[in-house]
Amino acid sequence: MEIKVVRKVLDVNDTMAARNREFFRSKNVFVLNMMSSPGSGKTTTLEKTLALLAPDVRCAVIVGDVCTTNDADRLARSGVPVVQVNTDAFGGDCHLAAHVIEKAAMDLDLDQADLLIVENVGNLVCPAEFDIGEDARAVVLSVTEGEDKPLKYPLMFRVCDAALLNKTDLLPHLDYDKAAALENIRQIHPEMPIFEMSARTGEGLAPWVEWLKDQVKRKIR
Amino acid sequence: MHEMGLALQIVEIAKASIPAQLADARVQRVNLKVGKMAAVVPESLRFCFEVITRSTALEGAELFIEEVPVVARCRACDHEWTLNGPVFRCPACDGVNVEMISGRELDIVSIEVEKD
Repeated sequence: MEIKVVRKVLDVNDTMAARNREFFRSKNVFVLNMMSSPGSGKTTTLEKTLALLAPDVRCAVIVGDVCTTNDADRLARSGVPVVQVNTDAFGGDCHLAAHVIEKAAMDLDLDQADLLIVENVGNLVCPAEFDIGEDARAVVLSVTEGEDKPLKYPLMFRVCDAALLNKTDLLPHLDYDKAAALENIRQIHPEMPIFEMSARTGEGLAPWVEWLKDQVKRKIR
Repeated sequence: MHEMGLALQIVEIAKASIPAQLADARVQRVNLKVGKMAAVVPESLRFCFEVITRSTALEGAELFIEEVPVVARCRACDHEWTLNGPVFRCPACDGVNVEMISGRELDIVSIEVEKD
């Protein structure tokens, strides 16, 4: 006997994410979900971004890693409130799920923030699938990774609203085909803005920060 | 990579879907729709499902996965097409304002239980 079910497998997460989104709206805070593979320079990008956003935009950060508080320690030096989530407490999860964000957000005073940045676990697969209640998603890709990475992880590049091509200061030392990388991103998500930058030198960071500020302004009252 | 978590959710939903009058029934099959662009490896999902259903009402149940192709629609010219690779550019008008109609599914469609 067949019994109709018709339910999303991620129903529980999606429901929780919708609740988070409602909560963030009530707190009048814009939420950015930052994703990338490990080692793309996400934390450095975030450090520099936070420095450029201050004092116009008041920020708070949730950092996800399987283990260690190294990233939170680095980001805390920027003076921004940071909450570290270690997913080993949740079974070593490869992504941050909505219920984890809900819990982490309780440890932050979001009345004092305009922008909450979630640095997701370094992984180009799973975080793309899990809604956390964010308003925008950004993916960081570095020129030390393959040009074909977007083609290998198309969902990630499809669901994001902005792409950051990082470590461009290394280009003179690499055989990286930047045009091919950009084309690979564009064919998956033609309308998505791509910001070429070096978080290390700060070059190219300003347009990205402006884009982010604009996104925040559009939401918060 | 998160297939175990997904398998756990599938089992939860399947169990909750067994009607009260069939509480003792054995589930034979769980029908799933998985989009080709969902971040799921069907083989890995089947393996996790098999492992966690041992000694439960779902033991031995088949996890049947129907793969759903990625279909996109161009918002400019309304052209609809099935993608063979991740190229979201309209083949008819070269437009870039394209929406995904299917391909991200991760849905439980039905369960099949043994009828006494």
